[in-house]
Amino acid sequence: MEFLSDTMMIYLILAVAFGLFMAWGIGANDVANAMATSVGSKAVTIKQALIIAAIFEFAGAYLAGGEVANTIRQGFIDNEIFDANPEMLAWGMLGSLLAAATWLLIATLRGWPVSTTHTIVGAIVGFAAVGVGVEAVNWGTVGTTAISWVFSPLISGVIAFLVFMSLQILILDTKNPLQNAIKYGPFYLFMVGFFLSLLTIQKGLKHVGLSLDGAMELIISVLIGVVVAIAGRILISKVRYDQQAEKRFHYANVEKIFAVMMLFTAAAMAFAHGSNDVANAVGPMAAVIGIAQTGVMTAKATVPSWVLLVGAVGIVIGLATLGYRVILTVGSKITELTPTRGFSAEIATAMTVVSASYAGIPVSTTHTLVGAILGVGFARGIAAIDLRVVGGIFMSWVVTLPAGALLSVMFFYLLRGIFV
Amino acid sequence: MPKSHIAGLFGKSPIRPLQEHMYCVYKGIKHLIMLVEGMNNDDEQQISAAHQAIVESEHLADDMKKDLRHNLPRGFFMPVDRRDLLDVLWMQDQIINQAKDIAGMVVGRKMRLHESMRPLFQQYTERCVAAVKQALEVINELDELLETGFRGLEVEHVEEMLTELSRIERQTDKCQVELRNILFTLEDGLRATDVMFTYRLIEWMGRVADDAQRVGSRLQLMLAR
Repeated sequence: MEFLSDTMMIYLILAVAFGLFMAWGIGANDVANAMATSVGSKAVTIKQALIIAAIFEFAGAYLAGGEVANTIRQGFIDNEIFDANPEMLAWGMLGSLLAAATWLLIATLRGWPVSTTHTIVGAIVGFAAVGVGVEAVNWGTVGTTAISWVFSPLISGVIAFLVFMSLQILILDTKNPLQNAIKYGPFYLFMVGFFLSLLTIQKGLKHVGLSLDGAMELIISVLIGVVVAIAGRILISKVRYDQQAEKRFHYANVEKIFAVMMLFTAAAMAFAHGSNDVANAVGPMAAVIGIAQTGVMTAKATVPSWVLLVGAVGIVIGLATLGYRVILTVGSKITELTPTRGFSAEIATAMTVVSASYAGIPVSTTHTLVGAILGVGFARGIAAIDLRVVGGIFMSWVVTLPAGALLSVMFFYLLRGIFV
Repeated sequence: MPKSHIAGLFGKSPIRPLQEHMYCVYKGIKHLIMLVEGMNNDDEQQISAAHQAIVESEHLADDMKKDLRHNLPRGFFMPVDRRDLLDVLWMQDQIINQAKDIAGMVVGRKMRLHESMRPLFQQYTERCVAAVKQALEVINELDELLETGFRGLEVEHVEEMLTELSRIERQTDKCQVELRNILFTLEDGLRATDVMFTYRLIEWMGRVADDAQRVGSRLQLMLAR
């Protein structure tokens, strides 16, 4: 018994260490894509972006990150097979974390367009299928997740298209775009605030100690939406208009208003990213910790909130150490994405990703954002999109899955060799 | 530093370079007025200065044209068709090429107009330059068009500008007819080769306005997609 608990202690430490490594990687790289859209359109400064990202990544991970973490933790594997040998699962999950973090690091250094979500799913499926057996994989969940990877960019593309079209009709294509921007802008903010808080409250607040009934949920969501809209209205009223710039470009001041509103969509993006991608680090970590604490695989229990907290902290550290540099580089390169476009793309991405988080489906925030940008492009809103890059990004699905799997199988055998 | 695929997603916008190219063309075209003034005042220095300026603009525009073509690969997904863009670019380039030919001919043949043609030809040249200026202004609306997603009021606004461009072009046509009539009455008193080249000068000047008009029509096609 003495020996066993020592081993378990090691598992616990390794889980937190690898989980932090993975979360750090997500914060250093993945978050940049979520935040750079706002920085690139000069809507927010890098400092503001960091503060927004830190707060809302954390909030998203902590308040709405539980469902996806659960899917990652136990959705892809057959629980009964691992009930008999929980240690296998511990090795596998540790190996997956290490594999995904390593692959992420390599890809980041090389500039390959990989997604953390695809890497960790590939890694988990890989170790289960190769290290244990094909029957150890819950192929149904894997299938639905893979389908969602096709649909999430598609759906967010359609939403972005519609949002941008509505901006054209209500604001841009009117006699007085500036006044209409001031008039309608807050409604969009209300929509985002309402939608995100409704989904979050419905699913995630039990572990924070809040339990509400249906009507209360709706009322609180509406209230949050209204508060967001009013905050937006106040900030918009403080915008200083530039008549000189307006002469050169008739929409200069409209874009200024949208730049302010992008503060909110940037927050929504960070929240969405936190709610979905933190799970990539937290899910496997939670599985190992569960085994270490109880000695068996606990399928029923939800992810403990302190584990979500570890993931959130890791992301913020990654953001502060390396992420801000990535945001700066990316941000300086995507000036083509003006505030109205960025606004449309971010609303679409945030809504799609938070919906996926609500359903417990791990999706790639980056791919969803790419879909949204394409959607704006279809509305003739972007000067030029490089389709070869789009192709490369979606090709990365194909490469990342086996790469993650291969690495995780390697680490799985390595860990088994060490512990047995 | 890690690269980002989101950043790579955005191709280089063709709109700004296209506008800059047209601005360069217009800056050269403006010197046609100086050239004709020089002819009418028999000022050799002014003529060669104008010629110089036009040739320089033509070179600069040529470099810009090549740059833009290189930055417009086939894999780009754009709000306007790639072919339309390249056609507009080519037509813009034609304008300044035409001006270079005009200036070259005037300098090479030491051309002078008959006194009775001078005021009208000056006016004619000014209208042709005005057509190019109007085309430049239309091209300058491209970023506003992009902002509205090529629809609605902004499109109407551009359509109005295009109508104005057509109106200017028609004025140049009228000038052209009158100039030809005057030249016809003078034919017998002038050297045959001078007559021939003066007809050519009138025609080439008219092409400047025609090409400006063609830039506009091509843009109209883009709007109609």
